[in-house]
Amino acid sequence: MGKAQLVRKIALGLATFFVISSFSTSGSALAAGTSSILAGEIKDSTATPLPGVKIDLAGPNGFSTQLTSDAMGKWQVEVTSTGIYDVTLDQASLPSGQALTDVTKATRKINVLMLGTTLTVLFPIGPGTAKTPLLDQSAQLLIDGLVLGIIIALAALGLSLVFGTTGLTNFAHGELLTLGGLLTYFFSAIVGLPVFAAIPVAVALSAFIGGYLQDRLLWKPLRKRGTGLIAMLVVSIGFAIFVRYVFLFIFGGDTRQLPQFAGQAGLELGLVSITPKAIMSTSVGLLLLVGATLWLLRSRMGKASRAVADNPALAAASGIEVEAVIRSVWILGAFLAAFAGIMVTLNQGVSFLMGQDMLLLIFASVTLGGLGTAYGALVGSLVIGVLIQLSTLIIPTELKYVGALLILIIILLVRPQGILGRKERVG
Amino acid sequence: MDFIFIAQQSFSAALGVNTIIFALAAIGLNMHFGYTGLLNFGQAGFLAVGAYSVATLVVSFNFPLWLALLVGILNSIILALLLGLPTLRLRADYLAIVTIAASEIIRQIARSATFNKYLGGSDGITGKFGKDFFDRNPFKNGLDTPFLRYNGNDLWVVVTGWALVIVVLFVMWLLVRSPWGRVLKSIREDEEAVRSLGKNVYLYKMQSLIIGGIVGSFAGFVYALSRQSVQPDNYGTALTFFAYTVLILGGAARVFAPIAGSIIFWFLLVFIEQMLRQAVSAGYIPEWLIGVNQVGQIRFMLVGLGLMMLMIFRPQGIFGDRKELALDARA
Repeated sequence: MGKAQLVRKIALGLATFFVISSFSTSGSALAAGTSSILAGEIKDSTATPLPGVKIDLAGPNGFSTQLTSDAMGKWQVEVTSTGIYDVTLDQASLPSGQALTDVTKATRKINVLMLGTTLTVLFPIGPGTAKTPLLDQSAQLLIDGLVLGIIIALAALGLSLVFGTTGLTNFAHGELLTLGGLLTYFFSAIVGLPVFAAIPVAVALSAFIGGYLQDRLLWKPLRKRGTGLIAMLVVSIGFAIFVRYVFLFIFGGDTRQLPQFAGQAGLELGLVSITPKAIMSTSVGLLLLVGATLWLLRSRMGKASRAVADNPALAAASGIEVEAVIRSVWILGAFLAAFAGIMVTLNQGVSFLMGQDMLLLIFASVTLGGLGTAYGALVGSLVIGVLIQLSTLIIPTELKYVGALLILIIILLVRPQGILGRKERVG
Repeated sequence: MDFIFIAQQSFSAALGVNTIIFALAAIGLNMHFGYTGLLNFGQAGFLAVGAYSVATLVVSFNFPLWLALLVGILNSIILALLLGLPTLRLRADYLAIVTIAASEIIRQIARSATFNKYLGGSDGITGKFGKDFFDRNPFKNGLDTPFLRYNGNDLWVVVTGWALVIVVLFVMWLLVRSPWGRVLKSIREDEEAVRSLGKNVYLYKMQSLIIGGIVGSFAGFVYALSRQSVQPDNYGTALTFFAYTVLILGGAARVFAPIAGSIIFWFLLVFIEQMLRQAVSAGYIPEWLIGVNQVGQIRFMLVGLGLMMLMIFRPQGIFGDRKELALDARA
């Protein structure tokens, strides 16, 4: 048993620090024997690169330098003499919520035995307990939570509207976020558009493909055939698996960062620090949410969509074109979800699993607010977003989603119709 | 292309360990979904509870294997109670969301560094916790025929696994033919009607959830023992969805459907993968179109597509009866 545990401990890459030294015989830049390279990658426990982290280096003969990790979290330096180097990670430069998993290991002693090698120095970083005062920490988490809440709300509104008007519990909704993120990556990193131009193109294309085309080619024919709601739910699961692996096939499994804005220093605003890109994207997100709410409240189509959600048969009988309403709801939902995906991409990069990871939070928010009620989805999202972040004051950060999902189950226990739901909605 | 090898791989997979695991998982789901109409999307959670019970108790607490298995069954009953209490009164899609959330909670707790000491974090637990089981293996030499090939340990798992499947299936067959089983089916068809006849619908649903969950934990036992390790990310939502694919492929609400579905599912999966792999390496499919390491992705696409097509065009599966199954929530 002791041995098995030992093996496990050794295998645990993140909990214990380690130094991998790989001897490269044909290093392109270094002529063998005249210099060595010290390099590393700063990543958090979810393998998201952390840019802008400062590394101090001190070595023999008074050698001293400071480095900053780049957008991919990488840093490297060439050294020309053998000896022991002290590599120190500046803990204050880590983004909030991230810390060394072992604070005593902030300085690593690296022995360069011979030149012509590349030595990789890794710092195990995880969701740490930052040593900031509780008030600062709470304020920061509140802001983070509101940003997360707005992302979830953007995604949840579409899910809720589609559920309300068609009864479809759409497990493929998360893939709309991934679509938005990947299209933005495609247009900015591969086509070469500036990110500011890539975002509107990606959002418009997502609304067309993910909203209009998806409804037209998949869900509308199914509604016409009279496919049952549970059957459609299972179809959406199959569709989600299919689309996810198509994304993986095309884009590969890496988390990809946008070419611009990947690493951005936070602005200190009083108690909190927030990156300019987060301020910008969150403001636009908020505007979109307000716009969508006004559309629901004021426009003819919005009112019609609420009527359809209430009673499709009656709505159709009173002259509302139900199919047109459903189409516009799909387009709006895909539009908002794509922007939510882009907000995540701006902050953390995009991978084919992004939508899947967000989906349960979206479901939790929609259920919390009351399935099928649009405003409920908004309220539920903000509550979930803030709760997830604030819960890290008490529970380990890696378990924060567990907290959110537990809240979902408890809410269902005491108030199954959700915060804003009406009782008769639950059969 | 080596067709003998492809056939050997495909047939071995069709009767292999994965087939047994998914057959058991789907038998549990058949109880929930096929007979009672409960949309349990947390079957992976039951498998995880079974697998982790065995691994943790034997490796960290030195339990004998038989006791660990017993506790595993107990744990799955507890999970079923915890899940059922808040959700069985709710509509089908609520149950789906809560159960999927619960299985994710289990997976995230299992992979968290907080409980690293007992649950092994994201690496899971590897150890000789199946020693008691493999010590009894009479087939040390394995099997090597043109169509079936297993190593010694796998052959022992396959033989005992199929024996377990047959026993479970027989019990299921008795259960669903009993008056108790008829009540379940009528709950699936019309809950209100059953309630008006004075039956305690909630209690029946709970019993169904528990029995299906126990069978799910059996699948977890086989999963853990056959590999002598448990890894949290094996118990994600994909596992549940694949079990549904297996069930729907065979035909929900048919006793033998999970077995038929699982055999066909794994035969096709391995057959297609091996065919593609060989076609790529032999140059029949150009490298720029499908790389060798992308073959696995193609087969997942096909699973997704297959699930969609089945549900749209043949929701009763291969052996199911369309009339028996009202695959729909009451609006």
